[in-house]
Amino acid sequence: MDTNLLMLIFTGALVGASSGFLGSFMVLKRMSLVGDALSHVALPGMAIALTMAINPMLGALVALTVAVFGIWYLGEKTEIYPEALVGVFFTASLAIGILVTPEPELLEALFGNLETIGLFDSVVTIFASFLIFIVTLRLSDKLLLGVVSEDLAKSGGIKVSKVNLIYLLLVGLVVALGVKFVGTLLTGAMVIVPAAAAKNLAKSIKSFQIVSVLIGVLSAAFGIIIAQATEIASGPAVVLVSITAFVISYFFKAE
Amino acid sequence: MNDKNLLLSVSKLNVSFNSHKILDDISFEVKRDDTLAIIGPNGAGKTVLFKCLLELIPYEGEVKWAKDVKIGYVPQRLNVGKDLPLTVEEFLRFKEKSSKKIEEVLTMVGFKRNKEHLIHRGKRLLKTRLGVLSGGEFQRILIAYALLGNPNVLLFDEPTSGVDVSAEETVYSLIERLKKEVDLTIIFISHELGIVYKHAASVLCLNKEKVCFGPPHDVIDKESLQKLYGEDVHFHHHDDHF
Repeated sequence: MDTNLLMLIFTGALVGASSGFLGSFMVLKRMSLVGDALSHVALPGMAIALTMAINPMLGALVALTVAVFGIWYLGEKTEIYPEALVGVFFTASLAIGILVTPEPELLEALFGNLETIGLFDSVVTIFASFLIFIVTLRLSDKLLLGVVSEDLAKSGGIKVSKVNLIYLLLVGLVVALGVKFVGTLLTGAMVIVPAAAAKNLAKSIKSFQIVSVLIGVLSAAFGIIIAQATEIASGPAVVLVSITAFVISYFFKAE
Repeated sequence: MNDKNLLLSVSKLNVSFNSHKILDDISFEVKRDDTLAIIGPNGAGKTVLFKCLLELIPYEGEVKWAKDVKIGYVPQRLNVGKDLPLTVEEFLRFKEKSSKKIEEVLTMVGFKRNKEHLIHRGKRLLKTRLGVLSGGEFQRILIAYALLGNPNVLLFDEPTSGVDVSAEETVYSLIERLKKEVDLTIIFISHELGIVYKHAASVLCLNKEKVCFGPPHDVIDKESLQKLYGEDVHFHHHDDHF
């Protein structure tokens, strides 16, 4: 195994860990579909970055940040998540993204391509992953109390809406990190599937989060190894490994 | 606030959502160690009033608590999914990290010990998920959560909604016992008149506006009940409970 591949596996595993951790809250907040659709917004951002010869990860990050503010605003202003509106907006951005993305880059933007991941991407990913872990650990109790009851959290002095915004921004960040590995169509799965699998097995929040992170790490690492060995796109490989974990977890579902 | 015995004073409280009046010019006061029931039909603004007292929503008017107030809030029965992987211990640790204090309040709200551990249906209570608790048990966990902040006032939103009848009685006897053990003022929302006569020292009848306020026996009469619930209400006097 050469150092390049090791580096890929390492950074991929970090993305898997961060998205597994963040995904655990997404699943509890019943926002899984929003998390999935959110990843589609990355495409037009990447497309514009590609045409301007900027790193597509940065383009994705900008587009995602804008979208996160939109989701957050809608969530704050309405009682129920305006699901239909979110669906319309995100599929629209996917359609526009497909039209704008230069043809040679379209396939890798949609499904990921390990070849294009350079040292810069790895360094950014390592720093961003640590940032995600530190901030999320500090937010964890507040987010979870908000899941149990927003009123209870607010009456305890927690600024629920601020906590939600920071959390969603972190989700946007992890999706931006994931797009190069698994592509914009499937990055949402990295956030949702490990957490959904872990929820089947978990008997406590602690075990839920640990298992979710582990499944995220293993899916990314094995997916990348399989993609390299069989020369298939990395996105489907990573996602199918995590789906396999989900199917297995279903048979061991905790009572 | 001048009067030292006064814990809460609400004056000219107004709340509207989208130009729809929810609370209309509500004023009342709560003395220390009082047990105040807030009653009224569905949609009367009881929970909205609570949210004002907790500063959860914007309002016009004034809500003034005594300086030393520490509020414990027990929300209306929450919908916690059976599959939420959150244990009793993890939930209570959101507020208090000391295991000793957590065990103390759990004992206070009536959970029993078996040798070294608190027990729930033969299993360790602390390791039990919130979602598998019965309505009454979960209610008591929420009370324990409120007690963890050492409050001197408890706000209870419908202590018995979604709780079966036998558990309902224990929630109220628990409130009475807590009042004796700890220095507590209690404000609770209810829509059952019987409960109000039995457990409250004062009552605030609410139907968007203040219909009556004072000791239940003095202020609940045919007229106030008609204003609250409409014409057809049968008037029962629950003297037998005293």
